[in-house]
Amino acid sequence: MASLVVFVVVIAVLVGSTPGWPVVRETFFNAQQFGDSLPGLLEAFWLNVRIFLVAEPIILVLSLGIAIVRTLRAPVLLPLRLVATIYVDVFRGVPTILVIFLLGFGVPALRLQGVPNSPVFWGTAALILSYSAYVAEVFRAGIGSVHPSQRMAARSLGLSTWQTNRYVVIPQAIRNVVPPLLNDFISLQKDTALVAVLGPVEILRQAQIDASSTFNYTPYVVAALIFIALTIPMTRFADWVQSRMARRQRAGGTA
Amino acid sequence: MSVIEIGGVWKSFEELPVLRGIDLTIESHQAVVLIGASGSGKSTLLRCINGLETVDAGSIVLAPRTREEVDISAPRVDMDAVRRRIGIVFQSYNLFPHLSVLDNVTLAPRKVAGVRAEQATDEAMALLTRFGLGDKAGEYPDRLSGGQSQRVAIVRALALQPEVMLFDEITSALDPLLVGEVLDAVRELKAGGLTLVMATHEMGFARDVADQVCFLRDGIVFEQGLPEQVLGDPQRPETREFLARILG
Repeated sequence: MASLVVFVVVIAVLVGSTPGWPVVRETFFNAQQFGDSLPGLLEAFWLNVRIFLVAEPIILVLSLGIAIVRTLRAPVLLPLRLVATIYVDVFRGVPTILVIFLLGFGVPALRLQGVPNSPVFWGTAALILSYSAYVAEVFRAGIGSVHPSQRMAARSLGLSTWQTNRYVVIPQAIRNVVPPLLNDFISLQKDTALVAVLGPVEILRQAQIDASSTFNYTPYVVAALIFIALTIPMTRFADWVQSRMARRQRAGGTA
Repeated sequence: MSVIEIGGVWKSFEELPVLRGIDLTIESHQAVVLIGASGSGKSTLLRCINGLETVDAGSIVLAPRTREEVDISAPRVDMDAVRRRIGIVFQSYNLFPHLSVLDNVTLAPRKVAGVRAEQATDEAMALLTRFGLGDKAGEYPDRLSGGQSQRVAIVRALALQPEVMLFDEITSALDPLLVGEVLDAVRELKAGGLTLVMATHEMGFARDVADQVCFLRDGIVFEQGLPEQVLGDPQRPETREFLARILG
């Protein structure tokens, strides 16, 4: 604890003694600007929260479906498996921000009838497509982590391949991947800010607007603090779940 | 009347022959004990009977010359239907860790046999109580001892009311102190008239319970007969050598 205090003091003194510090303090940590921008940023943040709340459940369902398709071994399903594999390869290979650009500017430019033009819609769709590819791999790893003897035991009781997946393998797979899943949730919460590149006024865009009208960067710091306020509880929760599962694992033994 | 007839079964794993022409008839209400060193083909034979492995040649017929006759070794057999009629218990229990003891037992009756949840629960509770596990119904597998786990695995296989039960070295992973309670459960099944096939290294138990003992070596039935014959007065030098080694 003492070493931590010393460390913080040393850093503070070092930063405070740099020649540019007075200017930085004025442009990034201005109390007046802080108070002025906070309400607007909080309001804009509500859009990020809504994007997250819509995207996350869809990602979970979509990615679990993709993961299951990729683990099926029946030769008849080869085309389906191929599509799933290509999808994962493509969307894991392309930076999320590029997917957002391509969908957000590309699809509305097609002027299709009955297709929404809203940047929020396409930004969210891009996040869903990009994240589903990642989360599908997490689920696939989870399915792979279930011991083959579990599948064998289920089959020996007369359960079909599908029933074995549904009642024995997937419930255990989901349990095994809860910590990495929570990690991806946290990442998604932050990446909702990428939708800003399409123009909708979410928190990052609002901070840009505030900053460029006042020539002061304090709104960016405020935006960062708002993200931290949301992600830290989530991170702590993920840590807690992880340590609890590790304890259970140690107590479990053979099963 | 025979329950299973095995004729000329061959099975190789990547060119390595494990079963080399096995002939064996399992009579109804009998306990057949398979003995032999590790790698002699006992487990593979049991897994072929349950269809967990497909045979390369030969036939395995369930309920021969009856209306329910099925050739397990034939292609395109509905194996799920066959496995409902043949229970198997493994060395490593393989209980489902995410389900309670009761749900472990009722899963197959409900989802495979289509028994209503209420009836499946009643039947499962009756079986669990019969094997001294009535108070464990709500527990999860990680709270059970090895002996309790293996008895739950036996009950789980029994819940489908199989015509024959296969036991694959079910006491080999257990603490020696817990072997007795599991063997007692098998004795109880034998007394109830169920047909059993059991791979085991417990020679005392084999002598006690078996109607027929088969000594397997290199994927062949080397010697078979009554336990007092095979275990008490073995005819083949290989059998004598094996028994001398295992009995110390």
